[in-house]
Amino acid sequence: MNVTGRLFDKVWDRHVVASPEGEPELLYVDMHLVHEVTSPQAFEGLELAGRKVRRPDLTIATMDHDVPTIGLDQPIADPLAAEQIARLRRNAETHGVTLHALGSIEQGIVHVIGPQLGLTQPGMTLVCGDSHTSTHGAFGALAFGIGTTEVEHVLATQTLRQVKPAAMAVNVEGELPPGCTPKDLALGIIRALGTGGGVGSVIEYRGAAIRALSMEGRMTVCNMSIEGGARAGMIAPDDTTFGYLDGRRYSPRGALWERALDDWRSLVTDEGAEFDYEATVSASALHPVVTWGTNPAQSVSIDDVIPEPATFGSQALRQSAERALTYMNLNPGTAIRDISVDAVFIGSCTNGRLEDLRAAAEVLRGRKVYPGVRALVVPGSARVKAEAEAEGLDKLFSDAGFEWRSAGCSMCLGMNGDILSPGERSASTSNRNFEGRQGPGGRTHLVSPAVAAATAVAGHFAAPGDV
Amino acid sequence: MASAGIQRVSSPAVVVDRHDVDTDQIIPAAWLKRVERTGFSAGLFGAWRADPEFALNHPRAQSARILLAGRNFGCGSSREHAVWALLDHGFQAVVSSRFADIFRGNCVSAGLVPAEVSEETAARLFAALEADPDAAVVVDVAARTVAIPSAGIEEPFSLADYARWRLLEGLDDIALTLRHEDAIAAYEARRPEWLPTVTADSRPGG
Repeated sequence: MNVTGRLFDKVWDRHVVASPEGEPELLYVDMHLVHEVTSPQAFEGLELAGRKVRRPDLTIATMDHDVPTIGLDQPIADPLAAEQIARLRRNAETHGVTLHALGSIEQGIVHVIGPQLGLTQPGMTLVCGDSHTSTHGAFGALAFGIGTTEVEHVLATQTLRQVKPAAMAVNVEGELPPGCTPKDLALGIIRALGTGGGVGSVIEYRGAAIRALSMEGRMTVCNMSIEGGARAGMIAPDDTTFGYLDGRRYSPRGALWERALDDWRSLVTDEGAEFDYEATVSASALHPVVTWGTNPAQSVSIDDVIPEPATFGSQALRQSAERALTYMNLNPGTAIRDISVDAVFIGSCTNGRLEDLRAAAEVLRGRKVYPGVRALVVPGSARVKAEAEAEGLDKLFSDAGFEWRSAGCSMCLGMNGDILSPGERSASTSNRNFEGRQGPGGRTHLVSPAVAAATAVAGHFAAPGDV
Repeated sequence: MASAGIQRVSSPAVVVDRHDVDTDQIIPAAWLKRVERTGFSAGLFGAWRADPEFALNHPRAQSARILLAGRNFGCGSSREHAVWALLDHGFQAVVSSRFADIFRGNCVSAGLVPAEVSEETAARLFAALEADPDAAVVVDVAARTVAIPSAGIEEPFSLADYARWRLLEGLDDIALTLRHEDAIAAYEARRPEWLPTVTADSRPGG
């Protein structure tokens, strides 16, 4: 197999610090993103061992997972969250790590602020104690989530021990139909792969439909790589990437920009290179997608009905579907559009960027949220919030009946008190519909921002054309 | 962080016969606010434990050191807290036909054995424990085998050499890596100039 010219290998190979006999390779980390939830034990371990942060200048911290999205002028009500946030402040101060704290225009979801600052660049390695670090692969970077012990390892050594994953190509052919978004594409790919189809692999997304995506759309697709089990997702950088990076705070300038560009243009998979695994997905065949189950691979088109578990190919899939339908309180044969919702959440590292908010706001223009539906919009960062306000999007959302919140992970994982009540059903632009993900007993359906907005107006699942 | 090494685990097993068990189920997000590495036992499988029939509620679970679970165990969030919760409860090994990548790495980091068996072996183990739920299961890290002696089962599991060595010795990865300090410094000296470095700026509004 000709593996020499793959994007993944090009990025991997340039980061190998050492290949000790009988041990995993030692990989250099160009940027380490840190947040309040998975770092306190790592800093503590570092201090107990008398070690220092090796490269504070290659480390950046923000608070996102359990920050409040409302009442920021008040002390944080949850004492555990307050302690965790205080701990991050203290650790950043002690170790000289730059922290974008609550109140900073650069505070926000870690995977939104990296790209926004220009800290995510082609050919880099980025890691974070968060599985959605795969987001940054949209720039042709190798980016993946790690555990807290590994966070400590990176703090101490700026490297990670890694066994090289396999390389998988996901070829997305054709063109996304009108009304279909990158989120629908991401969910369509996961349906094709299954939740574990990508385990042990780094995916390179290729093909015409991928090239046609904006950077924000590419981030949505790479973000959800982990939901197919993949270690990371990557997209080769091109003029769309360079256009996005040009002029950002940490992007190279002048002669360095030109040198960087020369290098970045070489970060493509060469003609004839082969992959360990390959899958093809047709973008043209997609419709807006709604998940019906308790893993992100369990989804159908909005035009469809809840599937009959007996029709699934294996006993494992049948059992999983039956269990999911019981948890979700749904019956086979019910039309997706006949399912009503209690809450709508627009936000998260999957769909909390400006383009996502614009798409949702456009659907809401001149319309109202259905009576009794609680609707929340949580920008991915304080800067996204400010930019949206400069365009008047906050007013569109508020006039429609949405709560316009401050930046954070919020109801994506329900750590900060923005949660569903037991039995409540949501349409959510986030990435996981696991049991209880948005609050104990809550029932989550993953959708695009446009479908979330239309659903908020209709009170049941709806496409923008329905309202 | 260094931990005590594990050679061999022998105990009754807790059986979770479900595929795609995600880390949100293993330890719900509310528990992630803790700033310690311990104290997660009560949160382990928090929502599922409300069901009195759930395997972890059986008296046998108190002495179980081995968890047998369906395919793709530990998918979803990167939270190492899931591994800490399993360790806190007393588990030393998990047996499954597939582990999610980040979870597997976290297991080796924290000293929980991820014993990955074939689908066929998993099916035999599930069947044997359904027939005799109290049967002793043996996970031998040195030999990389999982056995139920009373059912005549002994099969290999896969675990990379380095991961096996670390689990047997309970080694501190950072100390091992710092032996390569010269290579790290040499690498740093040749990184391209255009790569970003973060400038100090933690002012509110900055």
